[in-house]
Amino acid sequence: MSLLELQNVHTYYGNIHALKGVSITVNEGEIVTLIGSNGAGKSTTLRTISGLLRPRLGEVLFKGQRIDRMPPHEIVQLGIAQAPEGRRIFPRLTVLENLELGAYIHNANSPEYRRDLERVFDLFPRLRERYTQKGGTLSGGEQQMLAIGRALMTRPNVILLDEPSMGLAPVLVEQIFDIVREINAQGTTVLLVEQNAHMALAIAHRAYVLQTGKIVLEDTAEAVAKNETVQKAYLGLD
Amino acid sequence: MATQSEAGAISAGTRRTTQMLLNQIFGPLLQILYFVIGSAVILGTIVIVLAFLLQGTRSDINLLQGTLIILPQVIVDSLVRGFLYAMIALGYTMVYGVLEFINFAHGEIFMVGAFVVAGFGLMLNSAGLLRDFPGILFVIIAVLLGAAVSGILAVSVERVAYRPLRNSPKLVLLISTIGMSLVLQDLVRIIATSTPLGFNARVLTPDLGSAIRLATLPNPGGRDINVIIDARSMIFIVASIVMLIFLNYLVNVTRVGKAMRAVAQDRPTASLMGINVNNIIALTFLVGGALGGAAGVLFGIRVQAINPYVGFLPGLKAFTAAVLGGIGNITGAMVGGIVLGFLEAFVASYLSLFTAGAFAGANYADIAAFSILIIILIFKPEGLLGEATVQKV
Repeated sequence: MSLLELQNVHTYYGNIHALKGVSITVNEGEIVTLIGSNGAGKSTTLRTISGLLRPRLGEVLFKGQRIDRMPPHEIVQLGIAQAPEGRRIFPRLTVLENLELGAYIHNANSPEYRRDLERVFDLFPRLRERYTQKGGTLSGGEQQMLAIGRALMTRPNVILLDEPSMGLAPVLVEQIFDIVREINAQGTTVLLVEQNAHMALAIAHRAYVLQTGKIVLEDTAEAVAKNETVQKAYLGLD
Repeated sequence: MATQSEAGAISAGTRRTTQMLLNQIFGPLLQILYFVIGSAVILGTIVIVLAFLLQGTRSDINLLQGTLIILPQVIVDSLVRGFLYAMIALGYTMVYGVLEFINFAHGEIFMVGAFVVAGFGLMLNSAGLLRDFPGILFVIIAVLLGAAVSGILAVSVERVAYRPLRNSPKLVLLISTIGMSLVLQDLVRIIATSTPLGFNARVLTPDLGSAIRLATLPNPGGRDINVIIDARSMIFIVASIVMLIFLNYLVNVTRVGKAMRAVAQDRPTASLMGINVNNIIALTFLVGGALGGAAGVLFGIRVQAINPYVGFLPGLKAFTAAVLGGIGNITGAMVGGIVLGFLEAFVASYLSLFTAGAFAGANYADIAAFSILIIILIFKPEGLLGEATVQKV
């Protein structure tokens, strides 16, 4: 059953036509990746889903319900969380406060909240060590962990990850991708936007290739990874 | 996976302790205390040294003795001015924090608070209740009333004049705030002049008690010096401290406070957390406006005579205080207010004393305030507690 669906979505930044009829389906339990080069519209797609941008044309459906006219704070409550590009953690709030804000829509005294917090701390032991530290003082990798952890605190059905590997050392990138796989195994559907196509295709079930605002290819991740054009353009293979 | 009991133990470690809560509420106040003591000691030392150096130039009075006699009174005056600016400055800094523009109508929000207490006093008086009204109760009701009226007014102003322009250039918004400032001034003028309040409204209050003697300092070779504080100044200082504690609790401890800080740091990301950004912005105006209104009430009670234009200069100076402390920083606004209050009170009191009346000090206090603004803007634009705007990417 499709959990999240974009149908012929057109999004504009002012007069710039950024998404030109994007259609994507994400099924429950999947890791779906959206790959493409800089400026292809990957982040725009995620921002359209989370409500930060409004499509001019087309529909976004979540569990069959139209969400493309809803404000972001209502979309989160339906179960869509986004770890935005550039991490965007709150630099002057502590790690714990950042996570508490992730759980803003939930009761902070409930056992579920404590269970969520434990889950995040189990996934990212570094965050537990640093929970009193200000977000801005964390390293890039730790900030990324915090951004993902904060998104998980919203208790999402689907998590939108925008370039979690950006600016990280290779060993950290692998760690992050392992965790994405683990989050998925624990039952959260993942829509992953990546420039690091190699890593993304290795963990995803299905993949879409986005080029200047249009989907040019969609298939299983394996098939996409074997596609000649993709190998040349995104995987650096000849 | 951790076992159940282990998990419990770990989460207990990450829960807030009472100690942390107290720090969050009283930490900023402690910082204010440091600045109060620091300003008093530094400025006090400067005037005493100056008096000592200038001693020879005067034959009519004993300059050193005169300086010492008025010093305690000047410090009390500094505190009153300081808390006044601190409370108004909070409104500027909180709005700047979330929306990054200066709300120049905030001085008028403050002025409305002063008119609320004038109206309240007048109504009680015409009902014949004022004379026997308990003083403390009068102050509490007036402060709550002023805070409510000014808070709601600030929210309405935001809704009507700022929200529609939120995506316009900042300059457009700035002009809108100046426009609102003039509108509110004249609106109050019309209302005041068409009611028994009048343009120059008197703030009638019940008996608020007489001056309190804090200490008596021995003065060899003269009569002893009484350090007194009049009841209205005392009310001002105490009420300000109570409200600053409340504000720190609200912003640093509560869930909405956390949401306010999140919205101030990153609006779109805050909305991704499920925070209704528009509501939080309205709440920011409500709290900032309420503090301004409460300050207006206390100001009205203290000066006892107001007009629709009394908000302009304190507003402008409070803005200076907010910049001095680091605009956008809540503790900074309080500290900036205190420091500015001290500088102004010292200039107002000692300038004429030291220059044998050549400069009537009170008039030069404004020059002192705005000179400070210019000096900060040139040499330390981020203010006393402001963070440098560079951020890790």
